[in-house]
Amino acid sequence: MEAIAFYTFAILTTVMFLITVLTSHALYALSALAAGMIFISAFFFLLGADFLGAIQIIVYTGAVMALYSFGMMFFDTTRDVVEKRTSPQLIFGLSGLAALMVVAIFTAPIISGNITALYPAIDGVGNSQMVGMVLFTKYLIPFEVAAIMLLVAMIAGIVLAGKKMDHSLTLMKDEVECTNEEKEQV
Amino acid sequence: MMEITLQHYMILSIVLFAIGLIGVMRRKNLLMLFFATEILLNAVNIAFAAIGSYYGDMTGQMFAFFIIAIAASEVAVGLGLLVLWYKRTGKIDLDAMTSMRG
Repeated sequence: MEAIAFYTFAILTTVMFLITVLTSHALYALSALAAGMIFISAFFFLLGADFLGAIQIIVYTGAVMALYSFGMMFFDTTRDVVEKRTSPQLIFGLSGLAALMVVAIFTAPIISGNITALYPAIDGVGNSQMVGMVLFTKYLIPFEVAAIMLLVAMIAGIVLAGKKMDHSLTLMKDEVECTNEEKEQV
Repeated sequence: MMEITLQHYMILSIVLFAIGLIGVMRRKNLLMLFFATEILLNAVNIAFAAIGSYYGDMTGQMFAFFIIAIAASEVAVGLGLLVLWYKRTGKIDLDAMTSMRG
């Protein structure tokens, strides 16, 4: 049963992400990415990480994909996306890095035989409860730092994409003045 | 029926990471590059959750949580910058951003 679910969702996720990467239409890419995110949460449920799966659905398909959808209203999405012609050196280097990563991942279990669980899951305790216990004792400071980081990101998003950005950003004002000066010089 | 081991999840993670790398390599549109970055982060999340589940440890899930938080803030800031750039220049291609002439 677990194998059937794993292979089904693995194929679905791979196909969805391939569509995301290979299509030349932005809306197809967005829809396929959202579907792939939901399918990925199935792996978390299979692995017993129920809370992580719920967070994956809520955050990725609820927040991130909604943010992308709202962002795409600003862009011209009907036009086909132009693809890049990269240099062969870059492709060679990145492919080499990817191959090295594959080797490292396959050899990692050999050298990691003496790994023991740092915060082992307790029997009889649910996943959400266990997450809360570990997150609010051992990982409290990273949790708070992540909260501050999200606050900073929220304020940055509001400032950057807000309506009165012509007046609020000094950088833009400088550049506009600079271009005006350049025009005068020309 | 064949049992699903850690290796299965690692191979799936590698495949998804490779798909994300292909996207990073071939895209010129910056929005599509963001999509490829999300794929990369999700592939790593699967690997973290699988390893944590395999060792019966909660640390993998914790790191996956923080990766999700980082991805959310990255999208907020990146999309704000992207909207700003699109309003100013009218295009979000990478080739149009070579303003430094390095």
